[in-house]
Amino acid sequence: MEIEQMVRQYVNRNLLFGESQIMYDDDTSFLAAGILDSMAVMELVAWIEATFGMKVDIRDITPENFDSVNRLAAFLRRCAAPAAVGGNGRP
Amino acid sequence: MCGIAGIIGEGEPGARRDRMLEMLGMIRHRGPDQFGVYQDAAATLGSARLSIIDLSTGQQPISNEDGSLWIVFNGEIFNYVELRPELEARGHRFRTASDTEVLLHLFEEYGAGCLERLNGQFAFAIWDARARRLLLARDRLGIRPLYYTEVDGLLLFASEVKALFAHPAARRELDPVSLRQVFTYWSTLAGRSAFLGVHQLRPGHTLAYSDGRIETRRYWRLEFPAEPAREEEERESLERFKELLVDATLIRLRSDVPVGAYLSGGLDSSMIAHIIRSRTSNELATFSIAFDDPQFDESGFQLRMARLLGTRHEVVRATHAEIGRVFPEVVWHTETPVTRTAPAPMFLLSKLARDSGFKVVMTGEGADELLAGYDIFKEAAIRRFCLRQRDSALRPLLFRRLYADIPGLRETSPAFLAAFFLAGADADSPYFSHAVRWRNSARALRFLSQETARAAEDGGAAPEVPAEFCRWGPLERSQFLECTVFLSEYLLSSQGDRVGMAHSVESRLPYLDYRVVEFAGRLPARLKLRGMKDKYLLRLLGREFLPADVWQRPKRPYRAPIHKSFFGPAPDYVCELLSPERIRAAGFFEPAAVSRLVAKIAGGAQVSETDDMALAGILSTQLVQHAFVEHFPAARPVSPERDDVAFRGEFPPPGRSGR
Repeated sequence: MEIEQMVRQYVNRNLLFGESQIMYDDDTSFLAAGILDSMAVMELVAWIEATFGMKVDIRDITPENFDSVNRLAAFLRRCAAPAAVGGNGRP
Repeated sequence: MCGIAGIIGEGEPGARRDRMLEMLGMIRHRGPDQFGVYQDAAATLGSARLSIIDLSTGQQPISNEDGSLWIVFNGEIFNYVELRPELEARGHRFRTASDTEVLLHLFEEYGAGCLERLNGQFAFAIWDARARRLLLARDRLGIRPLYYTEVDGLLLFASEVKALFAHPAARRELDPVSLRQVFTYWSTLAGRSAFLGVHQLRPGHTLAYSDGRIETRRYWRLEFPAEPAREEEERESLERFKELLVDATLIRLRSDVPVGAYLSGGLDSSMIAHIIRSRTSNELATFSIAFDDPQFDESGFQLRMARLLGTRHEVVRATHAEIGRVFPEVVWHTETPVTRTAPAPMFLLSKLARDSGFKVVMTGEGADELLAGYDIFKEAAIRRFCLRQRDSALRPLLFRRLYADIPGLRETSPAFLAAFFLAGADADSPYFSHAVRWRNSARALRFLSQETARAAEDGGAAPEVPAEFCRWGPLERSQFLECTVFLSEYLLSSQGDRVGMAHSVESRLPYLDYRVVEFAGRLPARLKLRGMKDKYLLRLLGREFLPADVWQRPKRPYRAPIHKSFFGPAPDYVCELLSPERIRAAGFFEPAAVSRLVAKIAGGAQVSETDDMALAGILSTQLVQHAFVEHFPAARPVSPERDDVAFRGEFPPPGRSGR
């Protein structure tokens, strides 16, 4: 599965609970759209660590890395093990 | 303390009397000791009385000397002792020793202007039988409830909604706009109830009704000085505060039954208990809540204070299972969806007090709002501080310090903290202080069904603020919002009156004595919140009387566990009411979304505060729908044969019924 799709699926199921009134695209700010709060960020981190087999450094939990589908996907491509992100990870 | 009810409008007398007995039956818990009904051609008033002052002759309704004015009264007028001689000197004759009769004569003398002279917590109705005019009034901050609705040309009013619903003409339907408000502000906003067409008389307001016309008027509002307060000497303010708080506490001991006190373990209630112990020879009984979960428990501090003060102390343990077990009963009393379970332990606490023989307890409510004890005041100050230097990497770390007990924040970078707390921040908005809280809470709106969300669209109105609001300081503005939204509409109701009166226990709140409230309003901000030191003036007072670890201890908000109370293991009603079938049948929420939330929680995943609030909100909405709309119980009327009921005025001959 494409990494963006995995992120969207996680957000839809676990943060928006599937039947959301909230419309968002891959560049929508999670914070501005009310998708993410501080606790949800930690849920997201736990999911990333479990799914992509990586440890997220607290210094990396920034809006630049986490605040939209595209930003998170780019962060995962940079930092996760290549196998975990379908071979498109860090070179 | 009592419950009151009324039917204003003409109708067959026997039927009206029977309706009133049914309405009183619904609020029997508020006043099980005595009942009374007054009736004439155009009005029926009822009272369910919890006898506290003047046990022998205070039965209601009470009239003036010539029987032209009749009153039903819920609450206490604490300065009735001082008011009575003045009225006697003006020729008023008293038949009872009650505060109710003092109020009625005061009304005769001053009309609605009498409200300014009352120091108390009350909701009452005065019927002018000659003019066929009704006056309803509610205390300044809304400590005591009063609801009304208009149906079939009648005005119905009562202390609780369930009494209105005992009248067959009343419409029982949840209001989608109210749901939206509860899921955003934690309560409905002033004047609204959870139900369509059912209104609350706003705190500090009167309602006049005659010839089918309603006119509401404000007689009091929380005010702050437009100009920065005069820089009073700290010492001077402290002395005045001490004097006021001591007097506010002592006049609240006026009672013909014993008065106990709730002890939370914090500074506010410890100070009240200390005043009682040090200024009276009363033996004092104190009551508190212990939690299994150390995250919520303060029993160590409570026991230490109880020992220090030498009180007879009793504790109720609010286990997860117990909170889950009583929650449906709690929601029957709150009469509104709630996004937290904190009312449930308070419900257990009032039961403990009542079982121990107490009808009256003192509580420390109000100090956090008036003297700036809550974190939200500090959060707003930090947000302003960060906005002044938006690129600072250090300033956002203050959020981590403020919310040290929230794991999500502990492990978040400064950049994310800044983004989270400052996103969309508008320092000029009147709602700046509460914007983050309301935005977070509103995340639970995602569970609403499309139909409910559409129906609630017009409910986006924000809390009303007065014209002079923008001239107040930032702290005062946030205090106004916290008092008018959270304190008056949620805390004093769902966590106060309703769960106390569920077990016929009246709470008395010295910090909400209007003299203390107005004094706190005039205080300079730096005597309330100084840097990150909250309740500055109260801590100074605490330093004089209490051990350092009590007056210095950081504020710990009173909270109760949510998801563990419903999923560990889940009581039957939880699975039933959250099932897709029941969610779909009620129609307020999206069944699939609720099922995912349930699966997430039941599966043991990490549960955020937003998830918790959504769970409590959805479950309590389903409970309100079940208990008030779908399965409203049959009336169990007050019975003249079995209960102590007084009838005054014009009634049909015995045996004739309007049924």
